[in-house]
Amino acid sequence: MATDAQLFEWLCRMGDNSLVLGHRVSEWCGHAPVLEEDIALANTALDLIGQTQLWLGLAAEVEGEGRDADALAYRRDVMDFRNLLLVEQPNRDFGHTMMRQFLFDAWHIEMLRALKGHDHAEISAIAEKSLKEVTYHAERSADTVIALGDGTEESHKRMQAALDRLWPYVGEMFLSDEVDRAVCDPAPLRDAFDDRINAVLAEATLTRPDSDFAHKGGKTGVRHTEHLGHMLAVMQYLPRAYPDAKW
Amino acid sequence: MYAQMVKSTGEGVRSLDEMDPQERAFQERIDANGKIEPKDWMPDGYRKTLIRQIGQHAHSEIVGQLPEGNWITRAPTLERKAILLAKVQDEAGHGLYLYCAAETLGVTRDQMTRDLLSGKMKYSSIFNYPTITWADMGAVGWLVDGAAIMNQVPLQRTSYGPYARAMVRICKEESFHQRQGFDIMMKMAKGTPEQKRMAQDALNRFWYPSLMMFGPSDAESVHSAQSMAWKIKMNSNDELRQKFVDLTAPQADYLGLTIPDENLKWNEEKGGYDFSEPDWDEFFDVLKGNGPCSVERLEDRNRAWDEGRWVREAMLAHADKKRAAKLAAE
Repeated sequence: MATDAQLFEWLCRMGDNSLVLGHRVSEWCGHAPVLEEDIALANTALDLIGQTQLWLGLAAEVEGEGRDADALAYRRDVMDFRNLLLVEQPNRDFGHTMMRQFLFDAWHIEMLRALKGHDHAEISAIAEKSLKEVTYHAERSADTVIALGDGTEESHKRMQAALDRLWPYVGEMFLSDEVDRAVCDPAPLRDAFDDRINAVLAEATLTRPDSDFAHKGGKTGVRHTEHLGHMLAVMQYLPRAYPDAKW
Repeated sequence: MYAQMVKSTGEGVRSLDEMDPQERAFQERIDANGKIEPKDWMPDGYRKTLIRQIGQHAHSEIVGQLPEGNWITRAPTLERKAILLAKVQDEAGHGLYLYCAAETLGVTRDQMTRDLLSGKMKYSSIFNYPTITWADMGAVGWLVDGAAIMNQVPLQRTSYGPYARAMVRICKEESFHQRQGFDIMMKMAKGTPEQKRMAQDALNRFWYPSLMMFGPSDAESVHSAQSMAWKIKMNSNDELRQKFVDLTAPQADYLGLTIPDENLKWNEEKGGYDFSEPDWDEFFDVLKGNGPCSVERLEDRNRAWDEGRWVREAMLAHADKKRAAKLAAE
């Protein structure tokens, strides 16, 4: 049984993943390679921001100190963020963006499946609602990775580069500590994740990197990348500059 | 109004008696409020004018994503961020319906896109103005979408079927956009002194550019007369501008904001407000590409297009390979 402190920490991990990735994806708005992709990216970002409201809303409730989801999103600094390092990686090109999405979705879908039916009724309900959206995200990002991996020589090269570059951030998704184990241990999800991505990468004609090296420190908050602070500087600017204002 | 100064044939409107039987039947159908569908015969001028108008409207939706997209990453609450994202996504969707409607007239989306990127085709002047503070998200929704609705509601009855039907869907979403803009304005105008200052400043900057959206007076324009006879333009520019001012002035009062026009005054006799004309020299400068953000907007669109080339090519190549594999398997 998780303590409230563990539960709060874990809910921040889920909420911060959605928040940070949702924010990153929203940076594309109006700049995607083709109109249909622009709409799909905005849609993904929108789902993730919606999930953020649920996870961080519950986190604030569990904490019981009068904060709400907005206070958590807009008034914490880097060292209090609990997202995976993968999702704070910058967008770079469309290939990196979609590879990041694909790797995250493949973890996210397994995680939400495991959470559906959780003893904690609200966690189960949020997982069930999110799973519907994430099933679509996972399908779409897999299709895009296949199309771009297999497409042209240039697209293949770019997608392989994106995979190689992002691969060291995969391992962190499956590391588990006491907080995770108190709610839902991600380590046992690795096999399902591997099956899923191996099938897609094969169809995409991409080579899975050999290395098992994994950067870590995002979800524990011990050491984020330099990228997160810049994101927060932009994201949190208004509530920080005008702390008394209501929007 | 997302299409401005659309040129038609440049000739005067012809009477039914001057038309050959085919054109006469076409015009009579329009006069009887019938719809023209893609496979129906239509005069060349009607087709070309519609392509220009719908294309300009579609481009406006696409370029219009940029000034609002500018604030998505800085929206001050999760809810505001979600609403703004949904709104900008709707705009991309409107662009998509409109490009589809234009494609029924025999032009491709790619061709229209190239014409936008080269500067040959225009988009609404309003999107060449910067969004500087969060209050601009309110002002754009309230004023810019408000002005667009004035023009788009009557276009639901336009003579070209695919355009009219696209407009029905678009109008539903636009009224939600306008309401959310007004809601932001309310929060700002009734908020802290800094917020109120931002709200007034946004109104000051967006008022005249919003009036310009309707285009200069077209009472004498042969293009407008022809477009009105074809029912692809339903009201004169002055008529719509007046309606917009009449609707907006009391809303500004309600917000406690001041419209930056000393001459704005209710005129009992005409049953509408008197108001100052915008600076039309500025309008023509903007149309010529000298708007405050004209260069940035086209630069952004061109960059997105150029940097996305490899993605579009790869998607096509993959689809071709899949098709070939499917054929080989059969």
